[in-house]
Amino acid sequence: MAGAVRIKDLQKELRMFEGRSIFAAATIALLCLLLIGRLVLLQIVRYDYYTELSQGNRARLEPIPANRGLILDRNGAVLAENQPSYQLELVREQVPDLEQTLNALVSIGLIPPEELNDVRRLIRSRRGFETVPVRLRLTEEQIARFAVHRHQFPGVEIQARSTRFYPHGALAVHALGYVGSISESDLARIDRGAYVGTSLIGKLGVEAARESQLHGHNGFREILVNAQGRSVQNQGVLDRNLRSEAPTAGTDLILSLDMPAQEAAEKAFLGRRGAAIALDPHTGDVLVLASMPGFDPGIFGRGITGVEYRELETNIDLPLFNRALRGIYPPGSTVKPVLGMAGLAYGIVTADQTKFCPGVYHLPNSRRIAREGRGGVHGTVSLRAAIAESCDVYFYDLAYHLDVDRMHEFLEPFGFGKPTGIDIAGERSGILPSREWKRKRFKNPSDGAWYPGDSVNFGIGQGFMSVTPMQLAQVTSVLAGQGAVFQPRLVTATRDPVTREITKVDPIPLPHVKGGTPEQWKVIMEGMRDTMTRGTARAIATTAEYHMAGKTGTAQAFSVAQNAKYVEKDVAERLRDHSWFIAFAPAESPQIAVAVLVENGGFGASAAAPIARQIMDAYLLPRLPKATPAAEATAAGEFGP
Amino acid sequence: MIRITPGSDSTARRTLSGAARILLALKLDGPLLVGLSLVAIYGLVVLYSASGQDWGTVLRAATRLGIGTVAMLALAQVRPQQLRAAAPWLWCIGLVMLIIVDAMGVIGKGAQRWLDLGFVRFQPSEIMKLAVPMFGAWYLRERPLPPTAPDLAILAGIILVPAGLTALQPDLGTAVLITIGGVLLVIMAGLSVWFMVGAFVVGGVGAWFGWSMLHDYQRNRVLTFLDPQSDPLGAGYHIIQSQIAIGSGGLFGKGWMNGSQSQLEYLPERHTDFIFAVIGEEFGLLGLTLLLLLYLFVVARALYLAAQTQDTFARLLASSLALTFFVYIFINAGMVSGLLPVVGVPLPLVSYGGTSMVTLLAGFGILMALYSHRKLIGS
Repeated sequence: MAGAVRIKDLQKELRMFEGRSIFAAATIALLCLLLIGRLVLLQIVRYDYYTELSQGNRARLEPIPANRGLILDRNGAVLAENQPSYQLELVREQVPDLEQTLNALVSIGLIPPEELNDVRRLIRSRRGFETVPVRLRLTEEQIARFAVHRHQFPGVEIQARSTRFYPHGALAVHALGYVGSISESDLARIDRGAYVGTSLIGKLGVEAARESQLHGHNGFREILVNAQGRSVQNQGVLDRNLRSEAPTAGTDLILSLDMPAQEAAEKAFLGRRGAAIALDPHTGDVLVLASMPGFDPGIFGRGITGVEYRELETNIDLPLFNRALRGIYPPGSTVKPVLGMAGLAYGIVTADQTKFCPGVYHLPNSRRIAREGRGGVHGTVSLRAAIAESCDVYFYDLAYHLDVDRMHEFLEPFGFGKPTGIDIAGERSGILPSREWKRKRFKNPSDGAWYPGDSVNFGIGQGFMSVTPMQLAQVTSVLAGQGAVFQPRLVTATRDPVTREITKVDPIPLPHVKGGTPEQWKVIMEGMRDTMTRGTARAIATTAEYHMAGKTGTAQAFSVAQNAKYVEKDVAERLRDHSWFIAFAPAESPQIAVAVLVENGGFGASAAAPIARQIMDAYLLPRLPKATPAAEATAAGEFGP
Repeated sequence: MIRITPGSDSTARRTLSGAARILLALKLDGPLLVGLSLVAIYGLVVLYSASGQDWGTVLRAATRLGIGTVAMLALAQVRPQQLRAAAPWLWCIGLVMLIIVDAMGVIGKGAQRWLDLGFVRFQPSEIMKLAVPMFGAWYLRERPLPPTAPDLAILAGIILVPAGLTALQPDLGTAVLITIGGVLLVIMAGLSVWFMVGAFVVGGVGAWFGWSMLHDYQRNRVLTFLDPQSDPLGAGYHIIQSQIAIGSGGLFGKGWMNGSQSQLEYLPERHTDFIFAVIGEEFGLLGLTLLLLLYLFVVARALYLAAQTQDTFARLLASSLALTFFVYIFINAGMVSGLLPVVGVPLPLVSYGGTSMVTLLAGFGILMALYSHRKLIGS
């Protein structure tokens, strides 16, 4: 039976097999068409879409930081430049075992053991995918040592970065400012996109004020990365269509600072605290801006450690504090030339009129007395002599008769009580008191009333009045220019980093300060000149090759009781009076106006005045015609003690 | 094409070239051999690029091709009667080894696919790729076709028992391939169209049931197939990257060794399961079409050879092997291009690794044997 069935089936089975074969072939053809259709969809129809995706996959945008603009002084000396440095960078999420990696880095000497905790905290404070610089400014030897062990450190790399270098160290740091790591608050105000790839940003001074010019414009390039995000640029792989854009370097800035004078100023402080500013009265150029003590701005650029920063911040001498712009001190007697002119202008006194100084001043209709600040008796003094000798009694009486309203009105145009407008940030206003000011200052109406005693204090620059050293320098500049004045500025020109073309910035003239009549100006000038020849600062100028005009000042750091007498040696160093000195030179045609403050320096002539002399020597001597006779020597002989 | 048929005249014999004589003596089919060689050479060229220019990988792949060729040569010499006689035994041995491997997997608490015989390591599931259609063809060789319902029940056992054991390893891809090989045999044996429709419905239910049996990673693969964007960095990563690779290749491709997706390792398993995407990226639509044409030639020739055989066993086994070969291609290409879920099926003769290359060539050896010995059966 089976045989018969088989034979019969064989025909049928063959036909069926043929049918099935045709069916199979048709199915295969259909599936192939389906597949080809799918491939056409992917490779032809959606080609652009997938090309875009694949491009995005392999190409990572890598920023090329722009070179930060250089900062030069007025003579072309470089104050801030960029230096390549190698740093060790770590990406936490790429490190298999952080602790082990850090310990291994310590063991090959790349991280000092004592910094391990700081480094660990730094890494933890950043997000896992962020690149954290764990060690900056690697030495050649460290780089070589890391290269040998590199395979043991996935996620750790050495990167060449540009860091800011300040060749003069701490010199003029409060004018220059510094650059530091971009902080959260920096991020809030900058265009983040423009700063991708930049790790440092200007923090203070010119570096901060001119950030937008100095920063430049970062470029970028696309680099090939594999799926792990590692660059494969050097593996000979591909490609033709990678985009890139060259960075544009930041603009170079030329500052008004004169580094020889700046250096002379900072040296002359001999480690004391204070501030010195020198201005060019014809332009407002800031020739010297010193706030002592300073600090090395370089440490911020290379990544300041917590310990270093705490040291700076808690230092009793406040090195981070810009005394020149933010220090508030009573002007003391330095206000006298201006007040003297006010007396002349309002007709309270005349140039020839004299007052008798018995060493103590009795307020009219009051039992209060005011003492001569430095003791002594000046006898009969004219205005000119009162300025030169810094006679307090003369000015007590003058201020009493001028009264607050007129003093305020007269002093205000000179620049008291308002920022000078210097082109770096952080400047404070000081206080030019008025009735209005005092009423607002005190809640209690009886405290807020203006008393004659307040005016008397005003007369010698004490009491409510306060200034910044910058302000007083500006006032000195007004005096030097006999009313002509410019807004103080640090940036005098910009230089194109490529073409080196220099674009000068025009000085900004401020409204002319009227003061008094030319004759009245002359009286005040003579008083300030006398200060240097026979007055309080005569010891300073005797050997100078040019004529100086100046005024000493002594500002109380704390109040002395009514009946007590201030004895310098009895007062703790930090409670001693502040020493002021303002001056300009040459007296005949001033080229430099200086204000110097030495904190707790005592008498103005002894601490502050020599610093002003150093500044002027450094600035003026190279600029004066050599033939100028040293007339000062004769003057000293004539009027010497 | 030279046809060698029994009883052809002497002039035809004299026109045979030396190569054809050798092929005839070796029981090999020239066109099929040429087609397979072209695919293999194309594969090696691509593999050099896909392995990241690693000669070692290429050499190992060439070695496997060599082993496969030897297996093909050897099997081509075997008489169909011997193959037929060996079929049940091969299936039984394969089954025992599968059970051993599964048991080792249970003991070793992990995926286990390999059997280490000391001198050689291989996957018993690969044997089943051949043993299942052989045993099925053996079972149906004397029975009237189309198969009856009891026949189908027994065939289901022949197919699904090894497929199930393979799925347990777990190796879903190979299990699917074993099942497909068996099912294709049954279809070629004349499985009723209504039964196929019915099975399709039952299969739907079965898929629902099977879903609950799948391992999580297998489920993920299916889910990812349905919506690759749902998990772009996880399970969807393979399929997204391979589509980017293929799509960005365009018509002409980015050039040999210039596929950024492949060379920069965005494409996972680039030299194994996803090598199809490397071809797509580097040689474009033209390169893929060329590969498909070569494959189609091989399949067409294999089907032609199957049609030339003279008995049920040979016909069923040969056609099943030919069709399975195409199914491999389609599953791999479909999975890499996003038509099918990612099931881990290599691209025949091109993907690196596994014993699948050897198995495939062995299958073609059997096919050639069935064809070239056919006159003996007739006599």
